[in-house]
Amino acid sequence: MASVEQRLDALQTVLHRQGMQPAEFIDTFDELAHAHWVPANGARLVARAWTDPAFKALLLSDGMAAIAQTGLRMPPHHRHFVVLENTADIHNVICCTLCSCTAFTIIGLPPDWYKDLAYRSRVVREARTVLREMGLDLPAQAQIRVWDTTADTRYMVMPQRPDGTEGMTEEQLCALISKDALIGVALI
Amino acid sequence: MDGMHDMGGKQGFGRVVHRRDAPVFHAAWEVRANALYSLAVKCGVFNMDEYRHAIERMTPQHYLMASYYERSLTSLATLCVEKSLVTREELTQLAGGAFPLAMPSAPGRGNRTDRRVFVPGDQVRVRDEHVAGHVRMPGYIRGKRGVVISQSPAYPFPDAHAHGVEAVDEPTYDVRFEATDLWPQGAESAQVHVAVFESYLEPDAGS
Repeated sequence: MASVEQRLDALQTVLHRQGMQPAEFIDTFDELAHAHWVPANGARLVARAWTDPAFKALLLSDGMAAIAQTGLRMPPHHRHFVVLENTADIHNVICCTLCSCTAFTIIGLPPDWYKDLAYRSRVVREARTVLREMGLDLPAQAQIRVWDTTADTRYMVMPQRPDGTEGMTEEQLCALISKDALIGVALI
Repeated sequence: MDGMHDMGGKQGFGRVVHRRDAPVFHAAWEVRANALYSLAVKCGVFNMDEYRHAIERMTPQHYLMASYYERSLTSLATLCVEKSLVTREELTQLAGGAFPLAMPSAPGRGNRTDRRVFVPGDQVRVRDEHVAGHVRMPGYIRGKRGVVISQSPAYPFPDAHAHGVEAVDEPTYDVRFEATDLWPQGAESAQVHVAVFESYLEPDAGS
């Protein structure tokens, strides 16, 4: 069997012959994936929501309007952006059991484990155990909500603001918020 | 189709191999695989539903053995052949060796003509039906009862959109299920939310 690199070379040749300029697009994509589609985008939304009640209300009621206000973008097929607020009683976590769908322009492309068969198969059925194994041991009274991304609605978790951050600026708050927290497999 | 991709609730996979700040890509070719299928979508060679369905059509053995980005490139290659951008023989020749592709597609289907609109609070049941082509209903909710929480904007109907079948856009409903209803005596307590297309739902006769 041809190696994955050989198979990709063949496909790149096919797209090149169609005039699609694949070499140029690979560079563009690389830049987008590593410099623009970063979890700092989602972190900025959360940090602003933590410090601005009106923005928080907008983010929770109409996520698309909120991201438009901040200049962030989603691809055309993502038509709905739903932000899930964690509270003392409710913990949200997102997944895609059928493939690997995520709000990638907002929280970054999915990390390797999110796409792996173990996470996709188990998190809907034994969320508490999976989260504990990943280092998040939730209190027994916390209700877990698992969001399976089966359509082109995209989700992001809004983590709880940690105690002791009252005096922090939006920028300092941003730095606390990880991709894992925006997926819901870590707290802050 | 009841393909190998439909992983929700499958057992036996063991611990999630997780580390903090885990990478998206592990090698340069993975970036290239992602870029090339994105380019094909951008240029209108195929849409995301066709892309997803061509991954689902990989043989189960290949699907399980392939890495995530090998599945991407297999879908891209399959669709390039099916859309006549290249022949299978030429692709093999260009790659310098065997180039495994996904299996052929079954026919798609249009929207259900008897679908109806739901509102938040409605008790619903996922239709107990088996679809030969592309479908975005994970098998674990088939025939199960849940409650509608909200409605999304209308999307292309995947069962049609993956097959070039004419259909109207329809909304999905955010339906909340109890994990212990989805897998009686076989799940931990949690609420599972799934975005379910209108055509997949019927009123819960018991409500």
